[in-house]
Amino acid sequence: MSDIQLVDAPAGVEGAGFFATSLDKVIGIARSNSLWPLPFATSCCGIEFMATMASHYDLARFGAERISFSPRQADLLMVMGTIAKKMAPVLRQVYLQMAEPRWVMAVGACASSGGIFDTYSVLQGIDEVIPVDVYVPGCPPRPEAIIDGFINIQQLVQTESLRRRNEPKYQELLAKYGIQ
Amino acid sequence: MAQIPNEELLKRIAEKFDQQVSLVGEPYGLLTVETGREQIIDLLTFLKTDDALRFIFLTDITAIHYPEQEKQTGIIYHLHSLTTNTRIRIKVFLADGDVHIPTATVLWEGANWMERETYDFFGVIFDGHPDLRRILNVDDMTAFPMRKEFPLEDPNRVDKKDYFFGR
Repeated sequence: MSDIQLVDAPAGVEGAGFFATSLDKVIGIARSNSLWPLPFATSCCGIEFMATMASHYDLARFGAERISFSPRQADLLMVMGTIAKKMAPVLRQVYLQMAEPRWVMAVGACASSGGIFDTYSVLQGIDEVIPVDVYVPGCPPRPEAIIDGFINIQQLVQTESLRRRNEPKYQELLAKYGIQ
Repeated sequence: MAQIPNEELLKRIAEKFDQQVSLVGEPYGLLTVETGREQIIDLLTFLKTDDALRFIFLTDITAIHYPEQEKQTGIIYHLHSLTTNTRIRIKVFLADGDVHIPTATVLWEGANWMERETYDFFGVIFDGHPDLRRILNVDDMTAFPMRKEFPLEDPNRVDKKDYFFGR
């Protein structure tokens, strides 16, 4: 039997028969260990993601077992591969269909900056159309790098305040992309 | 039927079109001729319908841009005779600012998308085309990206600016 590790309890006040902590922390732990990713894979980074999902690297270890192919139920949009300018409205539509709270991870050079495709037909980074939380460099990144990016997303999710999505700063960010 | 020799093919075209069609060359054995837009449809019709030639298959329509030439834009037709396995290439050069040519959709339905693609990338206007709009690029693109004056690199790109490299 392998040594199964559970998530550590957050800091709080413990006594006989009760444990008190802040709701932020509990929800952060719950969310970060049960992220449902939506893979938006268009090219070779998508192949690396398949390796990441498969048994050897096993993304399920991080609670991301349930891949969501519907944006409605997804928490994390993983954009992996070159996004052509013609694809940009589609990607944006997928992002808009996701419910809050939602996170976005740009995997690989193409999704982050256009990569080697510095040309008229390719979007020079998905952050031109949607806000991005974590960028994973690499062309394509190895599964370890994708997992590292995923852990970074988990940390963001864990430490995010429950009010963040209602803050003017966040609304401003969305307004910058013409969302809402 | 055997492949039609280039000399014979050229002779048959010259009989019908005389001075209007000129030989460009035979690179890799592919007969290449040049003509004007006034007789391009007549020439294509002749090649397609002539009983001995029967170039019934339109392989491709594309274009090329030579900014240093007086007639900058060339429209290129590739035809294939399936019965004799003979190929021919026809070029029409047009001056800048008047890039109009009659559509080949009257002869081949398949010319429809080929001409849309040529319009999309080179801005060639095919007169009489049923639906001449962009086919591969985004609809709101204003440039014709395969023309040489169009910068290849995306102007929105920021990570290749000179100051990142001490230039």
